[in-house]
Amino acid sequence: MSSKLAKIEKRTAYLLILPSVLLVFSIILFPIFSNIWISFKNVELKDLRIPEPRAKKLVKSINDNPNQIKVIYKLRNSSLTQEITNVKFKDKYPDDIEPISLNNKCQFKSNLLKCELGNWPKKYRENLEIVFQNINNQEISKKELKSYKPKLSGKSQNILLTYEFTLNNFKKVIKDKAFIDLLSTTFYYTFFGTIGAIVFGILAAQMVNQKFFGRTFMRSVLLFPYVAPVVALAYTWELLLDPTSGTLNNLLINYQIIDGPINLLGQKYVTLNILGFDFKLRLALTTVIIFEIWRYFPLAFLFILARLQAVPKELYEAADVDGANPIQKFLNITFPQILAVISILFMIRFIWNFNKFEDIFLLTGGASGTRTLPINVYQQGFSIGDIGMGSAVSIVIVVFLLIFMFIYFKLLGKRADEN
Amino acid sequence: MKIKNILNYCFISSLFLFSLICIWKILVTLQGIELTNFNFNKLFIFGIILCAINLLIGKKLNLNIKIILLALLFSIFDYFISKNLPIWYSFGIFLISVFFFNTIKNYDKNFLSKNHSSQKLFFNFLTLFGITLFSFVILFPFYMMLVTSFKTQALLLLNPLDFSINFAQGLPELFKSYFIVFKDYNFGRYMLTSTIVSLGTVIITLIFAIPAAYAVARLNFFGKNFLSTSILIIYLFPAIVLVIPLYTIFSQLGLRNSIEGLLIVYTATTLPVAIYMLQGYFKSIPKELEEAGIIDGQNWLGIIFKIILPLSLPAISSVALYVFMIAWNEFLFSLMFLDRPNTFTLSRAIQFLNVGAETPRQYLMAGSVVVTLPILIIFVYFEKYLVSGLTAGSVKG
Repeated sequence: MSSKLAKIEKRTAYLLILPSVLLVFSIILFPIFSNIWISFKNVELKDLRIPEPRAKKLVKSINDNPNQIKVIYKLRNSSLTQEITNVKFKDKYPDDIEPISLNNKCQFKSNLLKCELGNWPKKYRENLEIVFQNINNQEISKKELKSYKPKLSGKSQNILLTYEFTLNNFKKVIKDKAFIDLLSTTFYYTFFGTIGAIVFGILAAQMVNQKFFGRTFMRSVLLFPYVAPVVALAYTWELLLDPTSGTLNNLLINYQIIDGPINLLGQKYVTLNILGFDFKLRLALTTVIIFEIWRYFPLAFLFILARLQAVPKELYEAADVDGANPIQKFLNITFPQILAVISILFMIRFIWNFNKFEDIFLLTGGASGTRTLPINVYQQGFSIGDIGMGSAVSIVIVVFLLIFMFIYFKLLGKRADEN
Repeated sequence: MKIKNILNYCFISSLFLFSLICIWKILVTLQGIELTNFNFNKLFIFGIILCAINLLIGKKLNLNIKIILLALLFSIFDYFISKNLPIWYSFGIFLISVFFFNTIKNYDKNFLSKNHSSQKLFFNFLTLFGITLFSFVILFPFYMMLVTSFKTQALLLLNPLDFSINFAQGLPELFKSYFIVFKDYNFGRYMLTSTIVSLGTVIITLIFAIPAAYAVARLNFFGKNFLSTSILIIYLFPAIVLVIPLYTIFSQLGLRNSIEGLLIVYTATTLPVAIYMLQGYFKSIPKELEEAGIIDGQNWLGIIFKIILPLSLPAISSVALYVFMIAWNEFLFSLMFLDRPNTFTLSRAIQFLNVGAETPRQYLMAGSVVVTLPILIIFVYFEKYLVSGLTAGSVKG
C-alpha cells in the first residue's frame, strides 16, 4: 500500500516539475551546450539566413498576338555563400492555357507547371522563359496569370548542423594580444566594483541602523538605483557626465575645482601625481565602476542591514562598560558578525559583476578601455558578425564561472557545516 | 576637561557645518543661481568661533534662544560674505544652522570630558553627513532625469546647471516632451508591449513555478536533491552566455521580433529563482494542513489550490513583483531579439532613441521617466513584498 502511494507521489512530482524542467532545459541548458558546438564552427552572422531559391514572375505580351503570352521567371539563389540542391519549381495556370514548347526540365500537367531545376551554386541566377497560348484562341488575361505565385523548394545545408569543426576560434581568442588586457580589465572591473559596493553597503547599513527621522524613507530611497531600469539610469549618467553640457563638469568648473572639462566616459587614462609619483588611472573604467557601485551597493546594504539588526544589543552594552571606542566596537563586534554575509555577498556579486553587460554597454559601448569579456561576446558576435568567435568567448566566460561557482559552493558548504 | 577634546570638538563640528553648507550651495547652484565660491576659510573659522561660543554659553541661556541666536549670527555672516543671493538661500542657511546648533547642544563640557568623546562626535557627524550625502547622490540623477524632461533644448544649452522647474509656463508647455514622446515616438505602443510582456512573464512563470516548487518542497522523488541544487546553479548563469545560441536558434525558427519569443526567454530565465523562492516558503507551511486535506479526499491539485496557494499569497506576491521588475527592466534580450520598432519594449525603444539620429535629450529623459516611474511607484507601494523578493532573489542582479 505504502509503496503504491510512494509511486503515485513520484509520478505526481515528475508531472509537476516536467514543464519547468523542459522549458529551462530548452532555453537555458541547451543554449549553454550549443555554445560549445557553435564555438568550434566557422559561422558568421550572414550564414544564419537559411538559403532560399527565389523566383520573380514577369508576364509579357507577344507582339500583335493576344492569344499568346511570354512568362519569364527570374530565378536566383538568395544566399551569397551556400549552394542549394535539388531545387523544385511549381506554378499554377488558369484553365485553357498551355505552353507552346517546354525544355526537358519542365512538365505541364493539369494546369500545373512543374520543373526540376537541379543544383544551384551560390549567387546563382537564371531566367526561365516559356511561351503560352490559349487553346480556345481567346485573349489571355495578364492579371490572372500574375495572380499566381510560383512555389520553390530546395535543400540546403544548414551550416550549424554540419559536422565540420575548426579550432580557429579558440586559437584566435587565446592568441589575441588584447586577450590579456581583456581579462585584466574584466577582473579589475569585477573586483573593484564588488569591493566598492560592499564597502558602501556597510557604510549605508551602519547609518540606517541608527535611529533618526525619516529612516524608513531613507531605506526605500537607497534601493532606488537597484530597482530602476538600467537603460534610464545609464543615459541619465551619460548626460550628467557629458564633458561639454554635463552637470558634473560644469559644477566642478563653476567652483574652480578643475580647469577644463574631463571626459569621464571617453578618456582611457588620466595621469595623477600622488606624492611625486606619476600614477596612471584608467579613467573611463573607473567611472563605469563608480556607476556599478552606485547601482549595486543597495543590495549589499539590504543584506548587511538585515544582519546588523540581528546583532544582540547586549554585545554593544558590554563593550560600553568595557570602555570601547566606536572603531573598536565596529572592528570587534560588528565586523565579525557581518563577516559571513560579506563573504557570501562578495562571491555572488563577484559572479554577477563578472558577467555584467548592460551597464558598460550602455555607458561606453566598450570603448576607451572598458571592454570586458561580456562586451567582447557582443562585439565579436554582433558588431563583427563572427558568431563562432562570440561563442568561443562565451565558453571562456562559462569556464571562469564554473570555477567561481565551485569556490562559492565550497564556501556555502563550509558555512553550513559551521552552523 | 582636556583642551585637545575642545579643539577637536570645534574643528569637527565646524567641518560638519561647512559640509552641510556646501551641499546646500551645490543645490542652490543647481537651481541656476550664480554662486562660484564655497568661502571655505571664512565660514570654517567663523564656524569654529561659534562652536566655541556655544560651549562657553553652556546652559546659561535658554537652549532654544541660544540655538536661534547662533544660527542667526551665522546666517548674517554668510549673507555678508556672499552677496546678491535670493532671500530663500539665506533662509536655507538659517535652517541648516538651526539644525546644526540643535545637534551640538548635547555636546557640553560634561560630554567632552568623557572618554572617546572626539571619536563619538566624529562618527555622529559622519552619520548625519553620510545620510545627507547618500540621499543627494542617489536622488540627484532621478531628479535630473525628471527636470531635464521638462526643459527645452535651448534652455538646456543655455545653462546646464539650471535645474529649476518653471511652473509659470503652464502645464502643456511643461509636459511637451511627454506629448511628443507618446505621439511622435510611439511610446504608448512600447509601453503596452512592455506591460504585456512583463505581466505575461509573471503569469506564465507562476503557472510553471508553483507546481514545480510544490513538488520540490513536499514530494519525494528520485533526483530531488540534484534538482534543487541545479536550480541555483542554473540561476547563476548569465544572459550573456545564452545570447548567441538563442539568437541563432531564434533567427532560424523565425522567433525573433516576436513577443512570444521574448516571453519564452523571460519565463525561462526567471523560472529558477521563482521556484527557488517559492519552495523555501512552501517548506515553512505546516505539513498537518495538507494531511488534513488528504483525509478530506483532496488530490494534489486540490491541495495546491485550496491549501497551499491561499496560505502563501505573500510569497507569491513577492515573486510576482520581483519577476515583473526583472521583465520590465530587462535589456539584453530585447536588444538582441527586437529590431523592428513595432515590437519594441520600452527599454529597447529608449536605446533606439539614443542610438538613432540626434534625439534631443529632453525626449530621451522623458522616455526614461516613462520607463522608470511605474517601477518606482510599484516599489514604493509594495515595498515590503518587493524587498523580501529582492533579498531572496538577490543572487541575481
